[in-house]
Amino acid sequence: METRTIHKTEMIWQPACPTSHIPEDGGACVLLNGRQIAIFNFSRRGEWYATANECPHRQQMALSRGMIGSQGEEPKVACPFHKKTFSLKSGECLNDDGYKIATFPIKIVDNMVYIGV
Amino acid sequence: MNTNKNRRVVVIGNGMVGYKFCEKLVAKEKNDQRFTLTVFGEEPRVAYDRVHLSAYFDGKTADDLTLAPQSWYADNGIMLYLTDPVVNVDRERKEVRSHHGVVVPYDYLVLATGSGAFVPPVAGVEKDGVFVYRTIEDLDLIQSYARKARKGAVLGGGLLGLEAAKALLDLGLDEAHVVEFAPRLMPRQIDDAGSGILQQQLESLGLNIHLSKSTQEITGDEAITGMQFADGSHLAVDMLVISAGIRPRDELAKSAGLDTHPRGGILVDNFLQTSDSSIFAIGECAVAHHMIYGLVAPGYEMAEVVASRLIGEEKEFKPYDMSTKLKLIGTDVGSFGDPFASDCKTIVYENKAKGVYKRVNISADGKELLGGILVGDAEQYNMLLQTCKNKTILPPDPEDLILGSRGGEEAGAGVMSLPDDALICSCEAITKAILCHEIDENGHTTVDALKKATKACTGCGGCTPMVKDIIQGVLKQKGVYVRNILCEHFNFTRQELLDLVKINSLKTFDAVLDKVGKGDGCEVCKPAVASILASLWNENILEKGRATIQDSNDRFLANIQKGGTYSVVPRIPGGEITPDKLIVIGQVAKKYGLYTKITGGQRIDLFGAHVGDLPVIWEELIAAGFESGHAYGKSLRTVKSCVGSTWCRFGVQDSVSFAIEVEERYKGIRSPHKLKSGVSGCIRECAEAQSKDFGIIATEKGWNLYVGGNGGSKPQHAMLLASDVDKETCIRYIDRFLMFYIKTADPLTRTATWLNKMDGGMNYLRAVVVDDVLNIADGLEREMQLLVDTFKCEWKEAVENPALRARFAHFVNVPEQKDPTVQFDALRDQKRAKEWA
Repeated sequence: METRTIHKTEMIWQPACPTSHIPEDGGACVLLNGRQIAIFNFSRRGEWYATANECPHRQQMALSRGMIGSQGEEPKVACPFHKKTFSLKSGECLNDDGYKIATFPIKIVDNMVYIGV
Repeated sequence: MNTNKNRRVVVIGNGMVGYKFCEKLVAKEKNDQRFTLTVFGEEPRVAYDRVHLSAYFDGKTADDLTLAPQSWYADNGIMLYLTDPVVNVDRERKEVRSHHGVVVPYDYLVLATGSGAFVPPVAGVEKDGVFVYRTIEDLDLIQSYARKARKGAVLGGGLLGLEAAKALLDLGLDEAHVVEFAPRLMPRQIDDAGSGILQQQLESLGLNIHLSKSTQEITGDEAITGMQFADGSHLAVDMLVISAGIRPRDELAKSAGLDTHPRGGILVDNFLQTSDSSIFAIGECAVAHHMIYGLVAPGYEMAEVVASRLIGEEKEFKPYDMSTKLKLIGTDVGSFGDPFASDCKTIVYENKAKGVYKRVNISADGKELLGGILVGDAEQYNMLLQTCKNKTILPPDPEDLILGSRGGEEAGAGVMSLPDDALICSCEAITKAILCHEIDENGHTTVDALKKATKACTGCGGCTPMVKDIIQGVLKQKGVYVRNILCEHFNFTRQELLDLVKINSLKTFDAVLDKVGKGDGCEVCKPAVASILASLWNENILEKGRATIQDSNDRFLANIQKGGTYSVVPRIPGGEITPDKLIVIGQVAKKYGLYTKITGGQRIDLFGAHVGDLPVIWEELIAAGFESGHAYGKSLRTVKSCVGSTWCRFGVQDSVSFAIEVEERYKGIRSPHKLKSGVSGCIRECAEAQSKDFGIIATEKGWNLYVGGNGGSKPQHAMLLASDVDKETCIRYIDRFLMFYIKTADPLTRTATWLNKMDGGMNYLRAVVVDDVLNIADGLEREMQLLVDTFKCEWKEAVENPALRARFAHFVNVPEQKDPTVQFDALRDQKRAKEWA
């Protein structure tokens, strides 16, 4: 309850890992405050994204291992298990209504990845 | 014919032809011209597909075989009486009376009483265990008796008899025999040589064939115990199915005083009218043009003629072509035109090794095809039949008709060269022009759509391949070219993209995307391009940005499993393993707590490895001499082998050594889909090589190579590509075959599907791989050799390269910590992944 209040009122930028730990045009997972967060280095577009690591379809901690890409202009990630794809911007599932993943603010400062929690 | 007043039609018989008559009449009826239709059927069921009766033992139900549900009759205003045969026809009063006393007046009466089984007058046919093969009820009786029977025989080696023999095989009797009076099988359709090949094929499937056998007596007390033949020999059986021919059901016609043939059958004229102009006879009960037409297609044509005449159209029944093609117990048999023509030129092709016999009869002037016989391979049946029927002028080398083109231009110009009125679907009388119209004008461009629009392919189904060709042909003429493009990022097929990547020497995904694609890629094109890059250059799949274009399995060189752990599969070539290596696998599994299972491909799968443990697990395996098994890749999985001549008393060649050689050669090569192989040491085929993408079976003289098989959801047997070749030739053919597949198949397409879709199919593939008609064999072999020479164990490279190794961590910020959400349940002294919600 307390963390949720903090999240709403005052976002904290937490350092996650050096940028070199996240492969180009791919993702990796970090553990932040006991929470698994998938970080994506969309180097082809010069963009970074952070989402929950868990795919809501079968509750598998695997989104960071998924392939990223685009559908039209929308950046997306495909879960390695059953290829549900999610927008990296909105978290909406693009090929199965009813699923959504959490997304987090992300910024890079001095080759360090920061996640807003 | 006054069709305005006389609209009460009674049909006696609800078999295939009787039903077809109703269907046709209903379709032809006009608003101002409605008929009152009444149908009487003797059987308890509505009309069903008797042609495919043996499918009943193959898992089809009576409902599956039904031609139209009972509701169809009611929906079309047809009064249907089942289990109620007509017992009397009063021609004076023009009314019929049924067994149950239903009296119905008629203006027109259609006799479609069909036929019963002909039971030869042999002593003992009344004994228990003797059956006929005609109705679903007969099949039920046979099925229930067969449960306590071990040896069964079929009396009759004709078309129906062999269908019944298939039923016996399907019932799983220990012994199945076919007894035929004539000196050959299918005496009406094929000649002695064709029968010889057919017999050889059927015997290889476990049928025992007895020819020139005149049955004198059926022995046994209450129940049958055997058959006594005129030549003194005896066959012990405990059940017998009589399928020796048909006997037209003309008893009702006879009692009504209609003219019948002395040997059975209701006499009709060219309009199918009996000696009473209000009464017609159609199907197998009728004698037209001095013969009984015992096939369904002419029966349907008779239904068409009578239905047309009732609505006032002029139509007559012409002598009908009795050409037929069918699959008998897995062997194709075709017979068309005049199969036995004499006084003509005959070309015969016989290949006993492959079980193929083909004969064509050509007019003395060499211009016309008179008829022919196909056994074992009837692929050319439709073209030959059309060539024969349409009196098409033959090519200068008519042997091309049955041998296919051998290096030169294709014989004939295919289905599109046929005239518009060529009959493509003979069951439903659908011409090429009708099909072309539906495809071109009405946009019915699939077989299913054409089935709905025209009913083509809904009878025997034999025309389906031709219909498909016509769809392709029409679309091609219209300039429509159906391409399987990869996805929104690449407007190319996989084959086109592979060529572009090669020509431009592109080696990374970004380079490919920048040069020939658009957008940022996706989960469809990334692994496809990864596979292409690997097939062309064979560089490490995890370097130069290629790791993140791999599917998860390739990216972590292991198969992701439920819960997010991975499985580890070391290569065990040919399934051969030393005790020491086996011990190492056990030790590693124990140390890392892995669930251990033998796979279907003769190796060992270790499940439940955390991603962070993968490098240390592999380090230990590699130290013991193991290599990656590529179970995670779209690449060669295993080459399964039986033990072969080194130990087996039946083996004729050393299958294990060859399997190891083959597996070592093709290991690690990326392809459009996974590849499986097998090598068997003799014809018993214990390695199940014929269910593999490429399979090898030892012969006395060398090796037979089969390609294009797979298990999975649509199992398919591999087909013979080359026989009795030596090892070196076999390897060369596999090199060419695999490389041709790698270069031309769509993504995630197994070799079976690839081959099914290939224009010209197996003949074309053989022409490319064996005969090298495209002159690319050298290139294919060179490209394959490059892949073989550049093989490196991916796991060895991964554990030795610190940068690659660092990627195997669940949390990049705390690499030593494992995913805490991974959970296992206990299972039989091991563990399993926790079931997901």
